[in-house]
Amino acid sequence: MKPPKFDYHAPASVDEALALLARYGGDAKILAGGQSLVPLLNFRLSRPAALIDLNRIPALAYIRAEDGEVRFGAMTRQRTIEFSPLVFERVPLLTEATRWVGHLPIRSRGTIGGSIAHADPSAEYPAVLRALDGSVVARGPEGERTVAAAELFQSYLTTSLAAEEILVEVRLPAMPAGAGYAFEELARRHGDFALVGIAAVVARDGERCTMARLATSGTGPVPIRLREAEQILERDGLGDAAIEAAGRRASELVEPDADIHASADYRRHLTGVLTTRAIRRALAKAGHG
Amino acid sequence: MPGKSAPEGSWIGKPVRRVEDARLLRGRGAFIDDHPPVANACHAAIVRSPHAHARILGYDVAEALAMPGVVGIITGEDVAKSTKPFSVGVTAPVQYYCAATDRARFVGEPVAVVVARDRYLAEDAAEAVVVRYEPLPVVVDPERALEPDAPVLHEAVGSNLAGHRRLVYGDPDRAFADAEVVIRQRFRFPKYGSTPIETYGIIARWDDLEGILTVWSNFMGPFIMHPLTARVLGVPENRMRFIVPPDIGGSFGIKSSIYPYIALIALCAMKTGVPVKWIEDRREHLIASSSGTDRIADRELAARRDGTVLGMRYRWLDNVGGYIRSPEPGCSFRPTGNFVGPYRFQHLEVDASVVMTNKSLTGPNRGYACGHLYFETESMMDLLAAEVGLDPAEVRRRNLIPADAFPYRTPTGGYYDSGDYAATLDKALEIAKYDELKRERATARAAGRYVGIGLALAVDPSVSNMGYVAVALDPQFRAKPEYLPKSGAVDSATVKIDPLGRVTVIMGTTPQGQGHQTIVSQIVADELGLTPPEVTVVDEMDTFTRVWSISSGTYSSRFGSVGTSAAALAARKLKAKLVEYAAHLMDVPAEQLEFRDGAVRLRTGKGASYSVKDLAGRAHWHTQSLPEGMEPALQATAVFGFTVSQAVDAEDRVNSSNTYGFIAEVMAVEVDPATATIKILRYVTVHDAGTIINPMIAEGQIYGGALHGLGGALYEEMAYDADGQMLTATFMDYLVPTASEAPEIDIAHVVSPSPLTTLGSKGLGESSSMTVPAVLANAVSDALAPLGIRITELPITPTRLWPLIREARAKA
Repeated sequence: MKPPKFDYHAPASVDEALALLARYGGDAKILAGGQSLVPLLNFRLSRPAALIDLNRIPALAYIRAEDGEVRFGAMTRQRTIEFSPLVFERVPLLTEATRWVGHLPIRSRGTIGGSIAHADPSAEYPAVLRALDGSVVARGPEGERTVAAAELFQSYLTTSLAAEEILVEVRLPAMPAGAGYAFEELARRHGDFALVGIAAVVARDGERCTMARLATSGTGPVPIRLREAEQILERDGLGDAAIEAAGRRASELVEPDADIHASADYRRHLTGVLTTRAIRRALAKAGHG
Repeated sequence: MPGKSAPEGSWIGKPVRRVEDARLLRGRGAFIDDHPPVANACHAAIVRSPHAHARILGYDVAEALAMPGVVGIITGEDVAKSTKPFSVGVTAPVQYYCAATDRARFVGEPVAVVVARDRYLAEDAAEAVVVRYEPLPVVVDPERALEPDAPVLHEAVGSNLAGHRRLVYGDPDRAFADAEVVIRQRFRFPKYGSTPIETYGIIARWDDLEGILTVWSNFMGPFIMHPLTARVLGVPENRMRFIVPPDIGGSFGIKSSIYPYIALIALCAMKTGVPVKWIEDRREHLIASSSGTDRIADRELAARRDGTVLGMRYRWLDNVGGYIRSPEPGCSFRPTGNFVGPYRFQHLEVDASVVMTNKSLTGPNRGYACGHLYFETESMMDLLAAEVGLDPAEVRRRNLIPADAFPYRTPTGGYYDSGDYAATLDKALEIAKYDELKRERATARAAGRYVGIGLALAVDPSVSNMGYVAVALDPQFRAKPEYLPKSGAVDSATVKIDPLGRVTVIMGTTPQGQGHQTIVSQIVADELGLTPPEVTVVDEMDTFTRVWSISSGTYSSRFGSVGTSAAALAARKLKAKLVEYAAHLMDVPAEQLEFRDGAVRLRTGKGASYSVKDLAGRAHWHTQSLPEGMEPALQATAVFGFTVSQAVDAEDRVNSSNTYGFIAEVMAVEVDPATATIKILRYVTVHDAGTIINPMIAEGQIYGGALHGLGGALYEEMAYDADGQMLTATFMDYLVPTASEAPEIDIAHVVSPSPLTTLGSKGLGESSSMTVPAVLANAVSDALAPLGIRITELPITPTRLWPLIREARAKA
């Protein structure tokens, strides 16, 4: 479990990193927190010609509120996010989801940009990005562009970012005041990747549901929004029948895979169970708008 | 609390803090990978078979040999030419070499080794080694492997059956004929290991001038593997030196199976002429180190309506993987003496088949086969309870060996040295508040919740008697004049006092984290009237300098019985010498003296006394002061061995272990029917391991054992697909329970000192690893009883359990 030989670069700026990326023409890998990439290197499953380490670019680590969004520098550690008062105030769904990410040493190194760019469909952050309709900022040779969550995730470990681009910022719209939220997950052990995870945000006005957001992890090649399940709540309100119906619809909307930890049927079933649980828990937190 | 037999003021029975922890917790342990550099050492990377079953057609190593830093490459051809196959524990002609020679028989089997200046270069070159294979049909299921048209792994054997024994004790056919109740059930037990934090590691140096092969490794014994390895390499035993570093990072039985790698890496050193170091990586460990067997068991139980068990039948298929590696087939026979567990029944038939398939190899793994045994037996006891309408606690109580029957000879030859099983069970029920739990269960069930209670009992055998391995052989074979019987379990200790009266104890017990230094310091401090910090304990195995034998090492929970007895006996021997010396100095008969509070004094309490320091000074500085004939040295070596360790008899009876503890457990769980996940609500474990020397260490062993058992019950399985590819080759897929998965554990002890050991202690290292699979399966089965679901297969994963729940609820 020793990686093959590779060049190592630790640029001090994003521009320098972009220049290096261009130089290797697609053969370089960006090193963020290293929690997924380093094992892949050691298993020789990833054989880049070079690693471009973003850990020496201080300008990439920040959390700030701007234009109704919370904006995260790509190199912001999960551990920082977990304890950020700003995050808890504006996007508490992310705070809750972060507690499901790996273990303390993993969160201490892992970054929000790395997790999203790696696009593991069982990870928590991609589901949050989808649930909150967030976006990412990518910088490349042609400058910056913003990519919406819906357009970002293409397949397993695959995003629409180009080889010469770097994900530099993650943007999450602040959750509406009084919205309830929950991140429900089932994993074999604490800290494992989700068998299924459900991110839920619910805003209510009395018994009326003014907004419902449901997104998944672990249910297929990419995290998805359970739009038809959301519509059931927005149409039929927040009674038990509607919640159960939303759960059933959720389980029909996913096309999960089987692996040694869970059959596709079981994952589909869990999608329904966790959706109803997430909605109920979100509802319990929701203020009466 | 333990320590009933420990006198007032004794260090034995106290939770003395471990002297090992300061170095271990601060990263200063001396493990194999920390071993001081051996000059010019090179590093090995092992090329492994990607096929589960394939003929090896040839090797092309030219490109790899030309790569930077490569010193040499050893292939199966060299192995076939320069080594012999290992002897195996069965008569079937299985040729097991330290690497594949003609065929690869499991994924991960070593086929070649690259030796290079560093591990990176070695791994780079290992990728360039070309091995030409002709893939062969694969079989991984032990039942399928025995079908007539199954692919055969070893042509010389002719089938995949490595060994088969039908053992009959008493008259089981009669017991079944007389039975009012007969229960039959099939069980499956998973293949899982131990995943110690430290993997295998070896440094081998061949000195061609002196003809000495030195091997540093985290081998843990039994040292029978030393002569076996020497024979494979053709090195005289007294020219092969095994050295074990002071610290081993866990083993749980797994590291006893490192010895084929010792032969392989030693061969590399001998062939390349450089010292060779190999540290196994995690992937190698998961695919190709060692594990327990997966087993298919068909059980039958004969009983009377009143719940009395009359007899049992066990039919086992134990899957040992691509070869049968010694000490297998211990998987079937290591528990021979305790096959009946804590129960009185006298009639038993065991039909054990040891099967080879295209999986990785097996060997001792914490609880060695007892987890399998008790999972089956304790499930059967619950089935019996349900059948005859008795409480599971009551049906067990009716069958327990009574307290006044000890020492108790089991029908299979076991000699249970001490115990009070009913009292231990009662204590567990009392701590668990069993009746209250049952009321809570009733309330929960009425509310539609799935809450259940499980029980499990186990006789906890420790200190394997090397003689048990011969149960694998037919009595006719054992009756031949050329057959040499085997028996024994011994260990040694040396205590010495230096010229200023300081005490040092020297052992060679290969501790793997169990705290041997602490334990020995407590024992010797007690014997010599010192405090533990005043006793220096050196526990480092070196076959050139330590007193050792075939059974040496730390496995089968033997240190708590054997090593501790040797240490106490050595101290007593030395103490007697001090008394004799003082008697000479004082010119009084030795009988008038006693050793008390660190000094020799008159029993009357009057007059002068000689402290240990005083006597040591005189003895070292002035040998003329010694009595005539006394050996001029203040040191004593004791070798402790069990006389109850005897060879297997003509009726296949053997006392397979030497001391037998007892475990009684109660667990309550709740199953979430929507997610099929299990929550442990309550877990009580009561142990009788005789005298407890250090309750803190004992508790640590129980915690570890319980979590290990939890692994097998809920998480761990080395899974293979039909092509023999391993599906759990990383820690993302092979799930080991962590602290987050640990339930709260309520531990208590009952103390029935062993009459066979010097201090009354018994082993405790395997402990709850052998009961948790049983108690959890019983608790979950009880929780799901309203749905008619019985757990007969482990691990109980949610994806396996959920379809059962779904089906049962659909029917209901």
